[in-house]
Amino acid sequence: MSGRQQLPVADPAQNPRVGERGALSCGRALSFSREAHDDLERLVARYPTKQAALLPTLWLAQREWGWISREAVDYVAKLLDLSPAFVWGVVTFYTMYNRAPVGKHLIQICTSISCHLNGASEVYTECRKRLGDLKPGETSADGKFTVVEVECLAQCDKAPAVMVNDDDHFAITKDKLDTFLKGLT
Amino acid sequence: MSGLSPIEPVLLARKGKPDSAMIETYLADGGYASWQKVLGGARSGEWTSAKVTDLVKASGLRGRGGAGFPCGMKWTFVPPKDKRGDKPVYLLCNADESEPGTFKDRLLMETDPHQVLEGMMLASFALEVKHAYLYIRGEMVHAAETLNKAVAEGYAKGFLGTNVLGSGLDLDVTIHRGAGAYICGEETALIESLEGKRGQPRIKPPFPAVSGVWGSPTVVNNVETLCCVKHILDRGADWFKSIGRNDRNTGPKLYCISGHVEKPGVYEAPIGVPWETLLAMAGGVKGGRKLKAVIPGGASAAMLTAKEVENLPMDFDGVAAAKSMLGSAAIIVMDETTDIPKAVTNIAKFFAHESCGQCTPCREGTPWMHKMLKRLVDGEGRKSDLDLLLQIAGQMGNGMTICVFADAAIAPVLSGITKFREEFEAYVAKSHHPDFTLAAPEDLTNKVADRTAAGIHS
Repeated sequence: MSGRQQLPVADPAQNPRVGERGALSCGRALSFSREAHDDLERLVARYPTKQAALLPTLWLAQREWGWISREAVDYVAKLLDLSPAFVWGVVTFYTMYNRAPVGKHLIQICTSISCHLNGASEVYTECRKRLGDLKPGETSADGKFTVVEVECLAQCDKAPAVMVNDDDHFAITKDKLDTFLKGLT
Repeated sequence: MSGLSPIEPVLLARKGKPDSAMIETYLADGGYASWQKVLGGARSGEWTSAKVTDLVKASGLRGRGGAGFPCGMKWTFVPPKDKRGDKPVYLLCNADESEPGTFKDRLLMETDPHQVLEGMMLASFALEVKHAYLYIRGEMVHAAETLNKAVAEGYAKGFLGTNVLGSGLDLDVTIHRGAGAYICGEETALIESLEGKRGQPRIKPPFPAVSGVWGSPTVVNNVETLCCVKHILDRGADWFKSIGRNDRNTGPKLYCISGHVEKPGVYEAPIGVPWETLLAMAGGVKGGRKLKAVIPGGASAAMLTAKEVENLPMDFDGVAAAKSMLGSAAIIVMDETTDIPKAVTNIAKFFAHESCGQCTPCREGTPWMHKMLKRLVDGEGRKSDLDLLLQIAGQMGNGMTICVFADAAIAPVLSGITKFREEFEAYVAKSHHPDFTLAAPEDLTNKVADRTAAGIHS
């Protein structure tokens, strides 16, 4: 996910958001790279059932393509002998599988109670405003930023806590927002 | 010496040491001594699974994940070999730390992953487990990397794998990443998730100890609990029991203190120290302001007022006596500037978002409560809202649902409204929404007539 090239959506006019409910198409059939294939083999060997490897396999798919498209669902379903409907059901249950392409920087702002008490809700609103009035989960026109609100990141002692892609950022208060955003190039 | 006297850090002893996550430094600090001791005595029968279980039982260790269930007793629920047939037993380490306000397990995994692994190994020995899984929440990407590295080091040193240290025993450990779902911290939801499904809790019985992951006997233990197991094997049950307030609340405990304090962080203290001790450790209330309320055990716990928390023993029974819970010991401090209705609304939003959707009272109740609270703090509240909220809450908890999520969701709402009702009423008084009054009968008749004319009612 971190800074990787994102597979485009087949119909860019859709301007989709991360939390998309319906599976979006990327317009072409997909298959894993050699590297992902090797990882998958190692993974499946760790569990008594193939199905148990579903969450890790979806992580691999997201690493490969940046988000989970309809074609990625079909492909993962075939790999693990599951139905696409079942796989999509799992994808939509968890918040971390992106259901649309995300910006180069996926900014995940925690607004749960400890961060809320330290002003996180204002940080979340202000951050989207500064990046061009982004709606929740929307990606900026230049493809650089997506801002989402997330639940407790278990960094409550360093509130407000923010994750950008896989990395943790601490104490992003409203007055530190400018410096923080400038750091994301 | 009382069990509440200050202690040298146990669980956090290696925090801040250089390269504390590496196996070399862990070994240099005496790590894996218990694992070697137990395996060394396995063939001769000096160490048996029953002996380890008995030690943990004698220590009085209660689960650190939230419920405070006696750990050793949980282990004894696994059916004996002759009753479980050829089914393997699984140990799952619950590292899905998602309760708002909790951040102790992350610290343990990031700074001292081998301590966690050794705890898993010893518990696996006690339960005759051949494959243990650690389910870590998806957001903790770097902690998962640290653990994977530690597991690889464990295999390389021969502490994991087949015929571990010549004992004739096999043990594998796999780190499994979740993908963002609070409910997966509930043990049967975690099991479902590990099986590759939506993380929706199961109806109990059967309990996991009898039929858990892949239909096998399964024990789910929290990260901190398993770390305690390692220290009990290192230093003995009597040592563990000598720490803590009484026989029912024993051992060192990690407290996560956040919110309005000077020095938020994870603090280690004997379980059951009074509230004031913990507050002092965290540097007191921020800016020297007055304390208004405390959430003693994460977002799921009922709020306590400043008065209620005075001299409160911070352990499972102490906090329960105040009609809240110690939970994961996530202490969220709120000072006098806190807007309680807004804080409650924030927590209600969390639960509305995280309900797994399986049971109607929870799926429908949590968003409903949030919607009403939101409109209240947005200046659109109705006079009847507060009682309606209490009524909804009354219909969601106490066994109306498969798991205790709904009970967790209503605790902050119920306690917030009952203990700080005047703050909620102040919002109602400021509300822009006019009080609901019945329109005169002739108005109603006219309205019906209009609608009929417009073809709405044919």
